[in-house]
Amino acid sequence: MNQRYVYLLAAMLTAIGLSVFLYKWQVLGFPLTENQEAPVWTVEAAVSFQSGPSSIKVRLNVPLLTPGFRTLNENSVSRGYGFSTKFGSSGREAQWAIRRADGEQTIYYRISVYEDDRVDESDTTPPFPPTPSVNEPMKTAVDVLVADVRDHSADIASFTTELLRRMNDSSSDPNVELLTAGVSTSEEFVDVVTTLLASAHIPSRMVHGFPLAGRQRSAELVTWLEVHDGDRWLYFNPTTGEQSLPKRFLVWWRGNEPLVSVEGGSKVQVDFAIQLNHVESVAIAETQAAQRGASAIDFSLYSLPIQTQAVYSVLLMIPIGALVMVIMRNIVGIDAFGTFMPVLIALAFRETKLLWGLILFTLLVTLGLTIRFLLERLRLLLVPRLGAVLIVVVMLMLFISLTSHRLGMEMGLSVALFPMVIISMTIERMSVVWEERGAADSIRAGLGSMLLAVAAYTFMVMAWLEYLIFTFPELLLVILAFVMLVGRYTGYRLTELKRFKELARD
Amino acid sequence: MFATAKKLRAAGVLGLNERNADFIMRLNPRSLYPRVDDKLLTKELALAAGMAVPDLYGVIAHQGEARNFAGIIGDRDSFVIKPAQGSGGDGILVVTGRSERKRDCFRLSSGVLISEGEIHHHIANTVSGQYSLSGHRDKALIEYCVRFDPVFAAVSHQGVPDIRVVVYRGYPAMAMVRLPTRASDGKANLHQGAVGAGIDLSTGTTLNGVLNDIVVDEHPDTGALVADLEIPQWNFILESSARGYDVTGLGYLGVDMVIDAKRGPLILEMNARPGLNIQIANNAGLSLRLARIDEIYDATATPEQRAAIAQREFSAENRSGLVRETND
Repeated sequence: MNQRYVYLLAAMLTAIGLSVFLYKWQVLGFPLTENQEAPVWTVEAAVSFQSGPSSIKVRLNVPLLTPGFRTLNENSVSRGYGFSTKFGSSGREAQWAIRRADGEQTIYYRISVYEDDRVDESDTTPPFPPTPSVNEPMKTAVDVLVADVRDHSADIASFTTELLRRMNDSSSDPNVELLTAGVSTSEEFVDVVTTLLASAHIPSRMVHGFPLAGRQRSAELVTWLEVHDGDRWLYFNPTTGEQSLPKRFLVWWRGNEPLVSVEGGSKVQVDFAIQLNHVESVAIAETQAAQRGASAIDFSLYSLPIQTQAVYSVLLMIPIGALVMVIMRNIVGIDAFGTFMPVLIALAFRETKLLWGLILFTLLVTLGLTIRFLLERLRLLLVPRLGAVLIVVVMLMLFISLTSHRLGMEMGLSVALFPMVIISMTIERMSVVWEERGAADSIRAGLGSMLLAVAAYTFMVMAWLEYLIFTFPELLLVILAFVMLVGRYTGYRLTELKRFKELARD
Repeated sequence: MFATAKKLRAAGVLGLNERNADFIMRLNPRSLYPRVDDKLLTKELALAAGMAVPDLYGVIAHQGEARNFAGIIGDRDSFVIKPAQGSGGDGILVVTGRSERKRDCFRLSSGVLISEGEIHHHIANTVSGQYSLSGHRDKALIEYCVRFDPVFAAVSHQGVPDIRVVVYRGYPAMAMVRLPTRASDGKANLHQGAVGAGIDLSTGTTLNGVLNDIVVDEHPDTGALVADLEIPQWNFILESSARGYDVTGLGYLGVDMVIDAKRGPLILEMNARPGLNIQIANNAGLSLRLARIDEIYDATATPEQRAAIAQREFSAENRSGLVRETND
């Protein structure tokens, strides 16, 4: 039967609407409430060098895999240089090139990232490292240390921790002292550790990055140790041996390749600066969706010009109003003038605010009705009479605005926002009903219209609802499905429970 | 104050949503609506089927023809002006006489005097669509003013009481008589304040009345008891309304009839969306009766047979039996 088609269609619409909604919310990260801001860190690498006489080629390691962070955008500021990024031996590299440059040169690379816990280490499993060739007497020191640590550990993680503990506690062990003799930076230290781990056939590598915390004018790269336990990469603090990663650690590059290399330049220096901004989550989600090529974004309302967006943020509340009408009329059963007249009145209420809206609406309709009754005596034909009522309504609006302005009540000016044609039709309908069915019916339906307008208004001003529909317009499909279901609702209306109460038997 | 939906369902009360979705939309194809929405067409169809209708004096279809009005009524003293596509009794002018001194002044059923100019204005309004369902241009019908049978004299205040029969798939299902009151301005529409009284289909006698959805015993203006009035030519009324289905093809139909003192029952109009107050007037739900008709439906039955079956099935006493039979 056709009942089943309605259910099927409603189920389909709901499924489509909800799945797009869930996708945008869960996967693309569109926030459910307005003004959710997410911190975005912009890290800027400034590469400065003294240019030589020949052509210049600059290579800088840039982030590739950044657990816990997602890239919002990246760019380079480098006048005259050709810029490209490519995958190099130890990840991703930015490359600049220029045929000729004079004097001091500075090239900027900027990347903006935001936190996203779902970004996981999607790295490949590395092969077992070859045994590094180490000369005597280092080789013996390495072998002894590795054998000793192996005895005192159970698995790769505990091996690494134990090794790091011994390496940092150089006073006790002459082997460690020998191995760390020439080490001055933490980078060199981690390099030695990776050599030791390689001797034990444990894949490991250096990790360079920044713990992101607020604004930093000159950020220092921090070197960390990454060890693969055959399953995934583990992070170790090289100075404490603790298995952890600093809070908000942005991995810049991995491996022991130098950060930067400049062909044809000298006095190379790289300075990092970190800037923290707060960006609306919606904007982040948009960018992310665009990066993924998600087509949902092509239909996003945020891609419209701002003015059009403002129009739609109001227009999209009309379905909400329609939904309220459907419920109030078919489930509650309230009489009103005009099917959607209350929705348009509610739209006007949005601008005037409720109290003033009600006052102005009542005033306008009352005055309009009075004049309409006077017009009745003139026995005008239908269309000219409607025209006359419309003109009178416009003049009344003008009158109300001018009077309230004189009295210093600026809210009275907003009367101009009422849909005058709708009000004219309401006045006409009310006066006809008044004559045909009496004042009681007419006023009752008039109050019904007002009640529905207030009901619609209540929902149409909910900012979170407005945001939700604007951001997830696919929810309109769910509303559509619900309205369709109400269209097949054959139960009693609430007002009928009262109307037919005489018929109820015990 | 309120009934529960469960109790109403047990009583077989038909709600607006159910009426619209399950009966009107299913049984009344929109293409057939003009047959009942245009009273001129209804009249022609009914006449063609040999049914009795009030005589048509004339039709005014254009603004300019309003001046033909005097020619149409001639020297008749009483007539009715109604919009061809009106709804709910709106825009009907019942003229019952003329002023003694001024022949171009007419007396309405309410006793108010109205000038010919005012009648012209009313006709112009009607023609321009003020009372039509869709707001489109309309026609004004000028027709015989029924002199109603004295049976309802004691329970009517001015105006013409009429009989509404709800016909489901050709079977009369429920009936009521609508009695004008002062509040309804002589109009026989319940939502305008007329009293509705249910009718026992088997005997054609009235039951209790209902005024504004509340059960009443007496007519509010005359004080006479509404119940136990015997409606003349009841069988003929039932047959005519059953025939309304054959004429219109509408499966859920309201047939409005009046009883003229001389000409007997006349079909006044038919309605594709008959209201639900009839249930209150009869103190009975429609759903059970409609379900019973679905059970006994016979496509080959003649209007006379269908009327007889309805008479047998739907007496006021038989109600409890119906509940038992259809409550499976």
